[in-house]
Amino acid sequence: MAEQKNYMYKSWWKITCVVLLVYTVVAGLLLDVPRLPALQETIRNLYFHVCMWMAMMIVFTVSVVNSIYYLRTFKLKYDIAARQYAAVGIVLGILGYSTGIIWMSYTWADANNPASASFSAIAREPKLIGAAIALLVYFAYMILRDSIQDIDKKARISAVYNIFAFAMLFPSIWIMPRILPSLHPGQEGNPALNVKEDIDSSMRMVFYPAVIGWTLLSVWIATLKIRLTLLKEKKMIA
Amino acid sequence: MRKIKFFLLAILICGVNLFAAAQTDPADVKMADTMRSNGKIYVVIAVILTILIGLVLYIVRLDKKISRLEKEK
Repeated sequence: MAEQKNYMYKSWWKITCVVLLVYTVVAGLLLDVPRLPALQETIRNLYFHVCMWMAMMIVFTVSVVNSIYYLRTFKLKYDIAARQYAAVGIVLGILGYSTGIIWMSYTWADANNPASASFSAIAREPKLIGAAIALLVYFAYMILRDSIQDIDKKARISAVYNIFAFAMLFPSIWIMPRILPSLHPGQEGNPALNVKEDIDSSMRMVFYPAVIGWTLLSVWIATLKIRLTLLKEKKMIA
Repeated sequence: MRKIKFFLLAILICGVNLFAAAQTDPADVKMADTMRSNGKIYVVIAVILTILIGLVLYIVRLDKKISRLEKEK
């Protein structure tokens, strides 16, 4: 089978990814940021913690597009791509969640209260619960997939489920936390994307390249996993 | 062509915003000024860059290995 050279085998975007990530780290730590109480220097986490979620949403979108392609064509390569992109999205989600835990334990926890009181306030945080639901829905995607033996049935059922999981993703991480009172920033409007206010323009100079850089890195990892799986499948057929 | 024009415009708007930003700078907010004044922030950057470059080299090696496997076929 002649391998056509698609985006997975090109190197220009991989170089772009590395350049953008190096820029993110250097400029993200050195450039001036707004001096805000409580947040202080941790505002720089915007270039890392928020980018994990941005990259996760983009990667999950790629995954669901591949699932739809699979349902239209029934070509297994789309199913493989959907699975691997979803796997990378889950990793990004876990990274975003754990960095969020670190960040909030220094900015949301009230030093005047005992730790248990702070915890009960934080544990009620709708953004955390929503993100946990979204991730659990995707864990279920992996479990569902890997519990079906038949390859075609597995691909078809998991493609349909992936669409449902994607439909749950945005309500649970964006809409539901906005309806309820929340400590998480970006309660009203579009956090970090609002051009007029909300994010300082000097931070935007690092934030947007950072989102692109982290997204490209996750796509890179996903393409490596796809290529490995394709190799494995070919070996099974031969 | 339209896309390129839009892209250039977007860059221009970002650049203009950088100068238009008038921000209050209350000095009583504690920032990592000491860390910056004696230059130690560069140590942090060096550490993070080392980790990042290490990870990137690892991915590049993986990429090459998979490419070799694909050629063997």
